[in-house]
Amino acid sequence: MTIEIPEQPGSSRPAVTPGKQSKLAFLWSSLLHSWTGMTGFIIILLLLFLSLFGQWIAPFDPMHAEFSKKLLPPMTDGHLLGTDQLGRDILSRMIAGARISVIIGVMTVLIAGTFGTVVGIVSGYFRGWLDVVLMRIVDVQLSFPFILLVLVINAIIGTGLKNIILSLAIGGWVIFARVVRSEVLALREKEFITASVATGVPRIQILFKHILPNLFTPIIILSSLQIATYIIAEASVSFLGFGVQPPNPAWGNMLSEGKDYIFSSWWLITFPGVAIMITALGVNFFGDWLRDTLDPELKGE
Amino acid sequence: MNPQFLLEVNHLKKYYEIPQGMFKEKIVVRAVDDISFSIKKGETFALVGESGCGKSTTGRTILRLTEPTDGEVRFDGEDIRSLSYEKMRLLRSRMQMVFQDPYASLNPKKTIREILMEPLRVHNKYEKKERMDKIRKILEIVGLSDHHLDRYPHEFSGGQRQRIGIARAVVLQPDFIIADEPVSALDVSVQSQVINLMLELQKEFGLTYLFISHDLSVIRHMTDRMAVMYLGKIIEVGNTDDVFENPKHPYTQALISAIPANHPRESKDRIVLEGDVPSPANPPSGCAFHPRCPAAMEICSRRVPEETDFGSGHTAKCHLYQMNEKREEKDEHAVIHS
Repeated sequence: MTIEIPEQPGSSRPAVTPGKQSKLAFLWSSLLHSWTGMTGFIIILLLLFLSLFGQWIAPFDPMHAEFSKKLLPPMTDGHLLGTDQLGRDILSRMIAGARISVIIGVMTVLIAGTFGTVVGIVSGYFRGWLDVVLMRIVDVQLSFPFILLVLVINAIIGTGLKNIILSLAIGGWVIFARVVRSEVLALREKEFITASVATGVPRIQILFKHILPNLFTPIIILSSLQIATYIIAEASVSFLGFGVQPPNPAWGNMLSEGKDYIFSSWWLITFPGVAIMITALGVNFFGDWLRDTLDPELKGE
Repeated sequence: MNPQFLLEVNHLKKYYEIPQGMFKEKIVVRAVDDISFSIKKGETFALVGESGCGKSTTGRTILRLTEPTDGEVRFDGEDIRSLSYEKMRLLRSRMQMVFQDPYASLNPKKTIREILMEPLRVHNKYEKKERMDKIRKILEIVGLSDHHLDRYPHEFSGGQRQRIGIARAVVLQPDFIIADEPVSALDVSVQSQVINLMLELQKEFGLTYLFISHDLSVIRHMTDRMAVMYLGKIIEVGNTDDVFENPKHPYTQALISAIPANHPRESKDRIVLEGDVPSPANPPSGCAFHPRCPAAMEICSRRVPEETDFGSGHTAKCHLYQMNEKREEKDEHAVIHS
């Protein structure tokens, strides 16, 4: 019997070889083993699907009011989830609302994430007085309740989809700045950064070629978790009458409009409420899984 | 300036201040406390000492990876402390570093190709086409090959990674390399591989090494001269053979007696030091070694010993030998008077 010894040029340990291709495979198999991650993933897929193709799936026009059919309970006249006080189909409005939620969640994360990351990098990498000034601004802003701040900004710049995204981003960038700054502070003390200083790499290149690629994972994780926060915040702001304005169907203002009928027609607020809850839960599940998989050191933080 | 010296370190100091609160005095940690030495072109100079004695800080301060508190570092006649960041950055193509931990010193997101290309790129060395050939050549010298180029650091073993780290330092063909405990994180079997590689490279490129280590057998094997550090100060300098054959300072004697015997039946008189290394934030008075010194005298706690020269560059700082000198002086006086 012969034992084949695999050739390992000069190595005392077998080399594991997960290339870029198998990293995706690794993520997928990890996802298959996590029921929370999978649940979140499916919810996110469903949400994306609804927001992309909702207008063809929705059984009725979400804006079409028909007073003769107002406040129909679920499962009547083809209205699966019933109709609201103006006779509009709740299911169709919820599907249209999914699109608004996705747009707001993604756009806000893009804007807040980009701005916050830039501030965090400048603060953490260059330090000095700029760091002090920027971080005090962050401190001041963090001492305001998030929703209150968003409402105030909304009241100043006005309502509507664009403005709610802007005000959520203005309220939300500080989290990114904080997290990115602390990551940069930790990274710049790493030995491989010292090594590139010793090699003679210019400071700007160290930032873009060594620090930035290593920030990718924490930023992805934080973004996924922040999307849920922004979706809930948008719902809260819309519920309070700011943000997305009627008759546009956002989940938040569906709740707001339906609250007067809470005792007579429960379906008006129950379904949008459940949708918000499931979405937030799904995105959070997915974000938690992503964090545990990509960054085991952060587990439980 | 003596032209045969590539690096001269004069009265180098690195102090760390630890604030204790608004109204309390800061604690000053003297990591490197007024050390001087010179390294000749082509030689391997060792810095030895226990953990925490400041030998790594010395290495980093020389390369200005941490700014020195005071003192002078001359590289090829040029005072590098006065250089601007950009000028220093360009000079780094001539002085490189090999780090202790091969797991931490390579960027996990970069392939070997990128890691080795970066030094050439930032210093604009060679034509673009030539660079790849240089990288292949250096990879071959360190015992890796082409098919490793597109792998990431985590796919390699510790020894392989350290060889990549060495390749990164050597690819620019520098004059001077600081190796900060380059083998202490590796298995013993891999250590000799890496050390022999470093010796080979020295022959091939005419490198000058500053070799920082606590491993005396490695130092004896590969260095020409050595300096022993204790609590931020150099206490003994000399040719490696001289110091090993005839250690002068009691601390050096204790260190050398601690090398494991070559044969189980070989008997050795061990000098076992008691206690721990004192904190560099609060070093003992006089000679910092006196609380642990088997030969401590009364004067040791009062006065810092001066340097005694034993010839051929072998010096030590210990009152034992200064007492002799003084006694001799007295004897001479006696002779004259009688």
